[in-house]
Amino acid sequence: MKKLLALVLALAMTLGMASAVADGIKIATIGPLTGPYAIYGQNVANALLIAAEEVNALGGVQFEVLEAQDDQGDPTLAVNAYNALMDQGLQMLAGTVTSGACIAVGAEAFNDRVFCLTPSASNDLVTADKDNMFQICFTDSNQGRASAQYIATYGLATKVGVIYNNAIDYSMGIRNTFVAEAAELGLEVVAEATFSDDNAPDFSVQVDAMKQAGAELVFLPIYYTPAANILARAKAVEYAPIFFGVDGMDGILTMEGFDTSLAEGVMLLTPFSADSTEPRTAAFVAKYQELYNDIPNQFAADAYDAVYVLADLCTKAGVTAEDSYDAICEKLIAAITAEDFHYDGITGDMQWATDGTVNKLPQAVTIVDGAYKLN
Amino acid sequence: MSMKKKTFLMTAVTFAVVIAAFIICQVLIENKLMSRALRGQLIPICCYIVMAVSLNLTVGISGELSLGHAGFMSIGAFSGIVLAAWLKARFPELSDLARLLMAIVCGGLFSGVAGVLIGVPVLRLRGDYLAIVTLAFGEIIRNILNLVYFSLEGATLHASFNQPVLPGKFVYNGPAGAQGVTKIATFEVGFALVLFTLLVVFNLVNSRSGRAIKAIRDNRIAAESVGINVTKYKMMAFVISAVLAGMAGALFGLNYSTLQASKFNVDASIQVLVFVVLGGLGSILGSVISATVLYVLPEMLREFAQYRMLIYAVILILVMVLGNNPTLRGIVNRVGESLRGKNRKGDKAA
Repeated sequence: MKKLLALVLALAMTLGMASAVADGIKIATIGPLTGPYAIYGQNVANALLIAAEEVNALGGVQFEVLEAQDDQGDPTLAVNAYNALMDQGLQMLAGTVTSGACIAVGAEAFNDRVFCLTPSASNDLVTADKDNMFQICFTDSNQGRASAQYIATYGLATKVGVIYNNAIDYSMGIRNTFVAEAAELGLEVVAEATFSDDNAPDFSVQVDAMKQAGAELVFLPIYYTPAANILARAKAVEYAPIFFGVDGMDGILTMEGFDTSLAEGVMLLTPFSADSTEPRTAAFVAKYQELYNDIPNQFAADAYDAVYVLADLCTKAGVTAEDSYDAICEKLIAAITAEDFHYDGITGDMQWATDGTVNKLPQAVTIVDGAYKLN
Repeated sequence: MSMKKKTFLMTAVTFAVVIAAFIICQVLIENKLMSRALRGQLIPICCYIVMAVSLNLTVGISGELSLGHAGFMSIGAFSGIVLAAWLKARFPELSDLARLLMAIVCGGLFSGVAGVLIGVPVLRLRGDYLAIVTLAFGEIIRNILNLVYFSLEGATLHASFNQPVLPGKFVYNGPAGAQGVTKIATFEVGFALVLFTLLVVFNLVNSRSGRAIKAIRDNRIAAESVGINVTKYKMMAFVISAVLAGMAGALFGLNYSTLQASKFNVDASIQVLVFVVLGGLGSILGSVISATVLYVLPEMLREFAQYRMLIYAVILILVMVLGNNPTLRGIVNRVGESLRGKNRKGDKAA
């Protein structure tokens, strides 16, 4: 009798454990949690936890968030991180955070049939030729296009200049589509100047070229560190065009030692402003500040939306925690590319094309008194 | 034990360890006992073993501090990737294995040529100067790779310098690196490459040339005075080291679908140097073991989440400090001596 009882108890325990394991659909992200791009990865990892907790509290789809894996922004390490997650039974990936890593992991995930929704990897190759890869952010080429459209639609300027980094793919990609789209919309590109990470210039040549050509607007498809130097140089030579940046400009206000008055009036294309009074955004920002004592950036907002999109998709496609990752992948691909599927998140109302790129309205913010103001 | 016997024993032990490790890995894979995470690291481990052993040839055996070893790896990686892509388009009937082997040979060749070009001016320098110049060359290679473009149009390979406009599909796209690489690297080839490297390095070290190289390291003036051609032997060690690094690079490059030149920066060179120094300068088996352990370690520490790199750094420091601790060294030496003592008795009895 005792033996039987023990057996029953043991069985109950294993069953109990099994149900505990199958508690939620296993999701995770991979990103730079250490190294020079750590801020991006940490924002995504934190927002992922916040959003998953909210989704679980709603009582519908349940997520089990696996520990975010560090790749230091390195594609080869990202593959190791991905393998480690697969060992832990990953069922869908909300990542990876940076583009190079996402391309490398994407190739593995495409072969394995794992569904990936990246919050922030914007390179065009992330989604190219892979039906399992989807983006929350604009692709680089779409950012260039969207910027030109925004400038033309709102009549910000007719003579534009571009300063870009010709040693990084991100900057080149945005610049190429911006210039092409600008030509079509009748914007005149009067000057173009380049730099690269390695020659770390003071931008006197570039800024003076813009000034001489009489550019009314200078488009900066670059990261915020060089942009800060450009702004400083422009102020020194009393040149005050409209400066227009893209998502890489996000973070300029929190940069250490940066005089925020320099950025006054700078516009940037970003889907997210932490100062927004929109209730969902405000609630998210408040919660993020409370938990992590930091203001979330657009990477966090993208990740927050990504989790809700995944939850929505799982509900629509009837995905359960018992499904295998490859079965989930096929279901989610069908669900996300369905014509009537869209998700209205804090970074905009999104729809996806079959090529994995997102379609949403571009938004721009202007920096006023050291803070983002949605236009 | 005679010197000859000792070197033979060391060689045999190194080969035995590597072959045993390979067999254990194969058995674990066959029986599905190896985690996916570890399985994914086998090929990069092979590459880094080759990198460490080849750098040991320059730093430990030839005594020249080189800080640009990752530069040779990148040349091998990208020439291998481009060749493999072109071969696939031009000769579709070739097997993956054949393409991989040809890519590895090609990587070694290109890297060897770069080794000669760099070695001629660099090896005139000594000590710190040499270290700084090799570091600079590593950076030059990386910057040049950022300006090179290759594309495939059908089976025609196009190349350009500083002009990112080419017909066809990019194989290597400047700063964006190699894209859409077909992964053809295998663990078996990686293992074979490690064996090849060990064979080359042990043969060199235990040859007349190897003794000349070590003589130059220990006392350059004395070596010159007995008529050893210093430049020739230094070049020999440097170029062989570059060739092996290039071969490792080709294998590494063909293990990932995308790879950028930025991966091969100073940090990457220093990482390999850390493997060599922690494994023991001049010790080949030490390089093999430390490359393996130090590559796997950060991955094993993933469960510590944000403390991972901190723990990794602490372990590195501990190994360095304890490895140089005289008491510990004394113990190790005593154990070694007593073992050897037993051997000697055994010899007599026989």
